[in-house]
Amino acid sequence: MTANLNVLIGLAMGLNLLALGSSRLPSLIRTMSLQGVLLGVMPLLMEKIDWQIALIALATVAGKGLIIPGLLRRAMRAANIEREIDPFIGYVPSLLLGATATIGAVALAQALPLLPEHAGSLLVPGAMASVLTGFILLIGRAKAIAQVCGYLILENGIYLFGLLLIHSTPLLVEAGVLLDLTVGVFVIGIIVDRIQRAFDSLDTRKLTALRE
Amino acid sequence: MIPFLLIIVPLAGAALAPLWPNKHTRPWFLPIVGLAHVVMTFWLFLNPPAVVPGAWLAFDPLARAVLPAVSLLFFVCAIYGVTYLQVRKERPNRTFVSLLLAVLGLLSAGHQARHLGVLWIATEAVTLAAVPLLHFNGTPRAFEATWKYLLVGGTGIALSLLGSFCLGYASLHGHGDGNLTFVALMAQGVGLSRPWVLIAWVLLLVGYGTKMGLAPMHTWKPDAYGEAPGIVGALLAGGVTTVAFTALLRVRAVISAAGEGAMADRTLLVIGLFSMLVAALFLLGTRDFKRMLAYSSVEHMGILSIGAAFGPAGVGAALFHVWTNSLTKGALFLSAGNIRRAAGSASMDDVRGMGVLTPRSAALFVAGLFAVTACPPFGPFFSELRLVRAGLETGHGLAIAMFLGCLLFAFFGLTRVVFGIVDGRPRPAARKGAQHMVESPGVILPPLVLLGFSLWLGLFTPTVLTEAWAAAVAQLFPTP
Repeated sequence: MTANLNVLIGLAMGLNLLALGSSRLPSLIRTMSLQGVLLGVMPLLMEKIDWQIALIALATVAGKGLIIPGLLRRAMRAANIEREIDPFIGYVPSLLLGATATIGAVALAQALPLLPEHAGSLLVPGAMASVLTGFILLIGRAKAIAQVCGYLILENGIYLFGLLLIHSTPLLVEAGVLLDLTVGVFVIGIIVDRIQRAFDSLDTRKLTALRE
Repeated sequence: MIPFLLIIVPLAGAALAPLWPNKHTRPWFLPIVGLAHVVMTFWLFLNPPAVVPGAWLAFDPLARAVLPAVSLLFFVCAIYGVTYLQVRKERPNRTFVSLLLAVLGLLSAGHQARHLGVLWIATEAVTLAAVPLLHFNGTPRAFEATWKYLLVGGTGIALSLLGSFCLGYASLHGHGDGNLTFVALMAQGVGLSRPWVLIAWVLLLVGYGTKMGLAPMHTWKPDAYGEAPGIVGALLAGGVTTVAFTALLRVRAVISAAGEGAMADRTLLVIGLFSMLVAALFLLGTRDFKRMLAYSSVEHMGILSIGAAFGPAGVGAALFHVWTNSLTKGALFLSAGNIRRAAGSASMDDVRGMGVLTPRSAALFVAGLFAVTACPPFGPFFSELRLVRAGLETGHGLAIAMFLGCLLFAFFGLTRVVFGIVDGRPRPAARKGAQHMVESPGVILPPLVLLGFSLWLGLFTPTVLTEAWAAAVAQLFPTP
């Protein structure tokens, strides 16, 4: 059971690094979509599946795997922006940072006490590595859509952590679905703004009228 | 039942307002719902209901000590809102009215939340509901401010969820039964797994601290307050930040029950002093009087955080300060909104002589300045005095010295900007613009009333309020 789950978590961590190395928006969005589906399948691999857990799985696959990537693609088309990602932090440094973060996450997770049933699982290091990867993308990318993808990875890390609690407090984990709503608002914001007026490149470097 | 009505009535108003066909009468939803909310809140305040210990939502002593201030602030802002939306006829107000009401309902939920998950859901929902409010003016600068608010606020809210998960895992690891009400978590006390409690505290402090606007997570604040309408700024600074502060107080009580109270207090003190320092430095540099209010808000959030670090007496002072700060900030934001509309700009470089062009708003703004910088006899003076006393009693002399130093610098910064725009001879162009601006009672009385409350709280703090704060402190510091 844990072995299968660990394979998926390992894949998701690999996708984190792929996202850091992506130089074009469509491939970044595809990576996100794949990670979303992987995350959605995970609860089904855990013991004791009931309707609540099935619902979480379904909502995750639909939200993270289909709806959000779809919205992101639509935003990309609506804004008609260049597909290049244009990083603040270059791809190689991002990857190195990401790898360091992953190793650090594994090391830190070993220092934390876990319940016996979670002891062999990669959930905690996977969660922490994703949160840190999300931060690197949030800080290191200039394009709004790439930043949204960073936020999405951050959120995926939180979801991974939530899987630890899925049996004891399903409500708290379900609340995490609301984070997807935040992403939705982000992307809808981009689309709506695009429809309302010309906002040429969606380059957050041009959002500099307000500074101190 | 009434505790739920505090949430349901505004949300029902929020659902009905968009269906209301007439744009000109729609803003009246705000004061009508606001009045109902104030009446219910104060009825509950005077007749506190018995709280079921395991309830997820209840009008408990902490909610009783804070929620009436938010309700009062909303009602006064709602009255201002009617006139404001008449002045701004050109903008659609359907979503604006609806979401303002939704914010009120969600704030009521957040203040009354006694469950880790419910608290997070309410805070998250408030964050999202406020997004279109910031975008009301529809300018590129407003879009930029909204984007930053979403990015920083969204990250903060994500981290507070992660922190909630960690606290949940701390409980699970300590053989908890998955009951995440604050009462149950406090009862588990030292049974909570210590490493997870520490991680949870850091994440929750950063997460809810972002919502409060503590430095260095305050970066969304100047932009959002600078570009949002004054009424939204008043509600964010007086209501949304308060809900994050009570969230931190509730979490701190759990951390303290787990035996890490001293560590939590130390972090609160450091982050509070740092916020005050950052705010004071930026106040000395800023040239925009709406952004100035944002930095002043950062400063006051620092004060609240410092108060929370000074034990029971300090928390009592901080709860007092929540009232004085919310009401005073409301007066400042509303009068600043008037001045901004008349002047057509918020920068010191373009605006001067507002004492001539908008004499009443300028007078209110100056009086509000003295109130917020803790000049007697206004409320903030007395709440900060109480906080200083609590700090000295707990042996934090150095922290108090830094606190007073930051207050002094903030005073310099604030007076520099305020007198820069009020004094002097107005520019000819500004004279023409200000002719459209009528200082009608609808935009003058609300800030005046808020200022009056601030004065009243300082001079004649009602005993029933002091009792309410003491009850909240007793809830947060249970005697074993």
